[in-house]
Amino acid sequence: MSTTTTPAKSGVRSVEGAPLLQLDGVKMHFKTKGDGFFARGTKWVQAVDGVDLTISPGETVGLVGESGCGKSTTARLITRLLEPTGGQIRYQGVDIAHMNERQLRPYRREIQLIFQDPYSSLNPRHTVGTIVGTALRTHDMVAKSGELKRVQELLEVVGLNPEHYNRYPHEFSGGQRQRIGIARALAARPKIIVADEPVSALDVSIQAQVMNLLENLRKELGIAFVFIAHDLGVVRHFCDRIAVMYLGRVVEEGPRDSLYEKPQHPYTQALLSAVPDIGVVRGVPPKNRIRLVGDVPSPVDPPSGCRFRTRCWKAQDICATDDPALIERAPAQRVACHFAEPPAESILAETA
Amino acid sequence: MSDQSTQAPHTVARVPRNPAANEEAYLEVTDLQVQFPTADGLVRAVQGLSYSVPLRRTLAIVGESGSGKSVSSMAVMGLHDRKVARISGSIKVGGREIVNMSDKELEGYRGGDAAMIFQDPQSSLHPYFTIGDQITESYRAHNNVSKRKAKDRAIEMLGRVGIPNPRRRVDQYPHEFSGGMRQRAMIAMALVNDPKLLIADEPTTALDVTVQAQILDLISDLQRDFGSAVVFITHDLGVVAEIADDILVMYAGTAVEHGPVNKILGEPLHPYAWGLLESIPALTGEPQPLHPIPGSPPSLLAVPTGCPFHPRCEFKDRVPGDLCTTLKPDLIPRTADLGRTSRCHLKEPDQVFQTEILPRLP
Repeated sequence: MSTTTTPAKSGVRSVEGAPLLQLDGVKMHFKTKGDGFFARGTKWVQAVDGVDLTISPGETVGLVGESGCGKSTTARLITRLLEPTGGQIRYQGVDIAHMNERQLRPYRREIQLIFQDPYSSLNPRHTVGTIVGTALRTHDMVAKSGELKRVQELLEVVGLNPEHYNRYPHEFSGGQRQRIGIARALAARPKIIVADEPVSALDVSIQAQVMNLLENLRKELGIAFVFIAHDLGVVRHFCDRIAVMYLGRVVEEGPRDSLYEKPQHPYTQALLSAVPDIGVVRGVPPKNRIRLVGDVPSPVDPPSGCRFRTRCWKAQDICATDDPALIERAPAQRVACHFAEPPAESILAETA
Repeated sequence: MSDQSTQAPHTVARVPRNPAANEEAYLEVTDLQVQFPTADGLVRAVQGLSYSVPLRRTLAIVGESGSGKSVSSMAVMGLHDRKVARISGSIKVGGREIVNMSDKELEGYRGGDAAMIFQDPQSSLHPYFTIGDQITESYRAHNNVSKRKAKDRAIEMLGRVGIPNPRRRVDQYPHEFSGGMRQRAMIAMALVNDPKLLIADEPTTALDVTVQAQILDLISDLQRDFGSAVVFITHDLGVVAEIADDILVMYAGTAVEHGPVNKILGEPLHPYAWGLLESIPALTGEPQPLHPIPGSPPSLLAVPTGCPFHPRCEFKDRVPGDLCTTLKPDLIPRTADLGRTSRCHLKEPDQVFQTEILPRLP
């Protein structure tokens, strides 16, 4: 890789031939207050502990995992709302992990975030025009005279009535508010959108509307997505590549089809088999479910070696001593497990 | 660490639910109406809802926010403030009428014959009291026993819902429990008086999928052991397919489809149910474009005339005249199938489903 960087007009530097976004051993350890005198017994919550991830232009990468696995923290690291305690976050080859606010400004424009809760992520005292317009102004996207026109264009793109620019968030439904959040993210003409559970708070019929909107935007504008969700069906529908996280680490990563059809990590297998399946009523023979025992261990004091070993039915002595590396076990499919293998039979019920 | 012989995952068979059985209803709701007068006008939250659930069976009530699924179930539990809510119709539990029951009678009914599990265990457990205190309080309110006996009962119940080390756990506070454990503790509290009717309002929505699977198994097991009638409120059709015998689909305060789960999810007859199925992405096969229902659910302050679903229905043009916009259809059998009803004017909905909807489903 060449070391010369070429600053573009936007102020974003880039290294020739580097991937759009690359996380390299990214760590985020949060300090917790110790109960001892002089903060003795200070502990570190290892929310994200060594995540590697690469995103190419226009690609959609899904992050799945259960609460506390670090997927939202990863979203906040990519968008640099948090400064990592270790590792590198390279945007077009340039490490943005420890940049200050002023240096970050041009990068903030190119990496946008969509939030889960459409009710708390919009300022209730601002009109939709102000909310979207602020994003335009912050990043000097249009001249003042063209601002309203651009706001209306954006509202139209996300399927809202452009005449409603002077309304307030409370006048919109949940699905419409999520569209406002999407319009705000699009205002900066980003190259990457990090969507943190963008449809989880919405009703089923509205959820499908917003997913179709995101899908169209991706196809038409060629924006890369980091799509975070706990609903495995939603992630599968939207993403080319999916990474499964457990307790701050990526345990398995691969192309959509191989990950859902031939998951190799025991945790991925358990996760997929736990999804309630509507196919049962359409005469699809029911599959047995893998039941995980116990709870996710605390990220303050994670198990030694493989972090999943305390709940894993395959665990051996080696799992407690050797931390399994994320290595390629099938084409483009990387697994962090000493005993990785595809399941004997399909985890998901086949549709006839 | 384990040896080779334990190298198989702990699996649970997915048991298909038993087919319909004609049993006497334990819970019988007839023409239930719940209205809330507000400054903006009258909110018609539930309009003429009727259903019944026999012992040992599970009815799933499905619908989106504002469909009336929670409001109707709170009425069954007698949880509405009668100064605020207007309730009419009839709710019979084990032959007793709940509507117009006195507050004193209601106190004996709630937590005794009928119990409820809520979505959010965090806010349903009191942070100042130990888990044991909260379970014994519920037990002693309905049984004249000593504190010691009640605590033994609490320990027994915690063990029953799969909380490890219940003797130690009983003296802990809610914050010392994980989300899944809190939900188990709340189920223990609900079941401490052997209720014959259990209402579960989105009990797994806040939980992760592996924990959700554990809780669904637990509710099924407990229902089998206690023989209760269960009303399960959810918006997740996958969960319904796994846990329910019957299903009631609600839209804008009314039931639009009702019947055995394999029929309603397998061959639904109402355009709203079709729309729901077409909105769910599949876990297998090539991802297909979703066909969401256009628009959003109506405000309960101004429920549309005629069929409440007509503003979002793509089939209303197939019904002659302006029937859909003027006349609310009845909830009636639409095919030869016994025990299922649907509320729609569309002719031969089974044909439309087979030829137009089924090929589009993932």
